[in-house]
This record gives sequence, C-alpha cells and structure tokens, in this order.
Amino acid sequence: MILSWIFTVLVGISLVAAVLLGRGSELAAAIPQGAQAGITLAISLAGSLCLWTGVGRLLEKTGVTGYLSRLLRPLLHRLFPETKQDPVLAGTVSANICANFLGLGNAATPMGIQAARRMAKGSTVAGDSLCRLVVLNTASIQLIPATVAAIRVSAGCRSPFDILPAVWVTSIFSAGAGLAAAWLMGKLWRHG
Amino acid sequence: MVDYLVPGLLLGALVLALKKKENPYSLLLEGGEEGLKLLVQLIPTLILLLTAVTMLRSSGAVEWISTVCAPVFHFFGIPPETAMLVLIRPISGSAALAVGSELMLTHGADSLIGRTAAVMLGSTETTFYTISVYFGAAGIKKTRYALPAALIADMTGFIMASLTAKFLM
Repeated sequence: MILSWIFTVLVGISLVAAVLLGRGSELAAAIPQGAQAGITLAISLAGSLCLWTGVGRLLEKTGVTGYLSRLLRPLLHRLFPETKQDPVLAGTVSANICANFLGLGNAATPMGIQAARRMAKGSTVAGDSLCRLVVLNTASIQLIPATVAAIRVSAGCRSPFDILPAVWVTSIFSAGAGLAAAWLMGKLWRHG
Repeated sequence: MVDYLVPGLLLGALVLALKKKENPYSLLLEGGEEGLKLLVQLIPTLILLLTAVTMLRSSGAVEWISTVCAPVFHFFGIPPETAMLVLIRPISGSAALAVGSELMLTHGADSLIGRTAAVMLGSTETTFYTISVYFGAAGIKKTRYALPAALIADMTGFIMASLTAKFLM
C-alpha cells in the first residue's frame, strides 16, 4: 500500500512541476525513458544478485554464521542482558545480526522476528532490549553491500568495492548513534 | 587490501564448503536461482519506480526539492542533490534503489554525489518497513523510543556517508 502512495505522489509532483515550469515534452519523454531505465537496472542487477545469493547460501551451509555468533557473544550479553539467562534467545539474536552482517536478508528477518517475539513475551509495550534489537536492524551493518556494488557497475564505475571502508565506518557510526540515542531515551522514557 | 576481500571471501566460502563435504557449486546454483526469482518479482517495481523518478527529474521537481532542502542539507554537510534519496530511503527500499541508481547515472558513479549516494544506500536500511515488520510480528503496540532512535541512526548515517564519501575514498 505504501508504494501506491509513493508512486502516486511522485507522479503528481512531476506533473505539477512540469506544468509550472513548462516542461511538458520532457515529462512525456521521461515515461518511456524511465521504464527502459528500470529494466536496464534490473538486468544489470541480475548477475550480482544471482552470484551473491549463491555465496550467501554457501556461507549459511558452511556454518560461518555460527562461528561469527560465538565471536559476538560478549557484546551480545552487554546489549541484551537477558541473553545471559536465555541461550535460545542469544542464538536467534546473534544469528539475526550475523545474517545481516553477511547480507543474508532472507535469513536475517525470520531470525529477528523470532527473537523479537521471545523478547516481547506477549507484552504490547516494547522493552529496552527489543528497542535496541530493532534499532540495530534498522542501522544495517553489512560487510559487502553487493546490490549497491552492482548498481555502481551499471552506472559505469570501475572499482565498485572502493566504497567498502566508507560504508563500514558510516554503518558503525550510525548504529552507535542509534544505540546511544536508545540508551539515553530509555533512561528518560521509563515506562511505556 | 579491500580489493582482495571479495575474491578472498568467495574462495574462503568455497574451501570451507568443500571441507564440510558440501557441494559448493550446486549450493551456488541453488542460491543463485533463488536470487533470480527474487529479482523477477522485483522487476515490475523497479520499472514503475524508475519511471516515476525519471519523470520527477525531467519535470524539474528534483532540482526544486534540492533547492528547497539545500539550507538544511548544507547545515548538516550533506550534498543537497541527494535530498530525494534521503527522504525516500527510510520509507521504501526499492524506491531508494531507483533514486540512487538515477543519481549515479545523472551525476556519474564516481562523482562525489554518486559516491555519497552509494555509501548512503549501503549503510542505511528501510527503517519504517523494518520497524513495522518487527513490532507487528511481536504484537507490540507501544514502540516507545524505537522510531526516534532509529531515525537518529539514519540521520547520522546520511551525515557520515557525506563525510566518508569525501574523505575515505
């Protein structure tokens, strides 16, 4: 439903702007041009997407996620204190974070939802840990942003992975800021 | 260093799978097929959204939005040309993909704006979607400070992306 609104608003703004600025012919031409750009983008994404979902499947089967989870344990106990008593929760939370890190979106979401349900325990008010889990999931810490790399290649970039350090630094800062904000607001915003 | 990370990861995953007596080639094929199925579902969305974004660009609305947002964006050190991307990124992932790709095509993938857009896309998430999925599934009605905290994270991401795209690459 949200995309219906976005699409309608985008088309509406375009039409109004074109009328005001007298750009009717450009606007009309943009429709077939845009549609073509869409399929070009889809085709140029196909190769990378195919390869990386394959690599994702490999990483899943070889247990790399399990190994990463063990590395994550100390951090996990600090961020989500109840994982100390609840090994099942610790497992799902770390699987969620690791799957996100490796770019396995399909595996990350079900794990995250399972963890969120377990943290909520039937309550309708979000606890501090659940808020932190959601903030961490909205901040996207990803080792290899494969889709972005594919878009860059399709736009004529020669070294699509040179954004990696910038992406890592940015992700760490944004996740850090989100968690700090959550911690601060958690102090102020005591009960529901 | 970074250049060897991606091929290294590929080789590492292959060797690990062989050590575990899995069949890495067929796993790659299996996963790849799934990825392509996902893409097929995504194609109509990409076409529709790129049509809308291209319309927005040629109508002059994109420039207008950038001009209106410019003072705020300059204050935070974010290039105003990325205004559309910043506005749409937390709401829809596929729309952000469309806007980002259009930005890279218009300004060049290796231009400062193209790089900033790439870093923004790579280091942020579809915040509103993620929040609604997680809290919806867990049956949460009162989300307390989760949304403002997540939006602070996004804002930090956009500001840092503008900085790192300039100084880290």
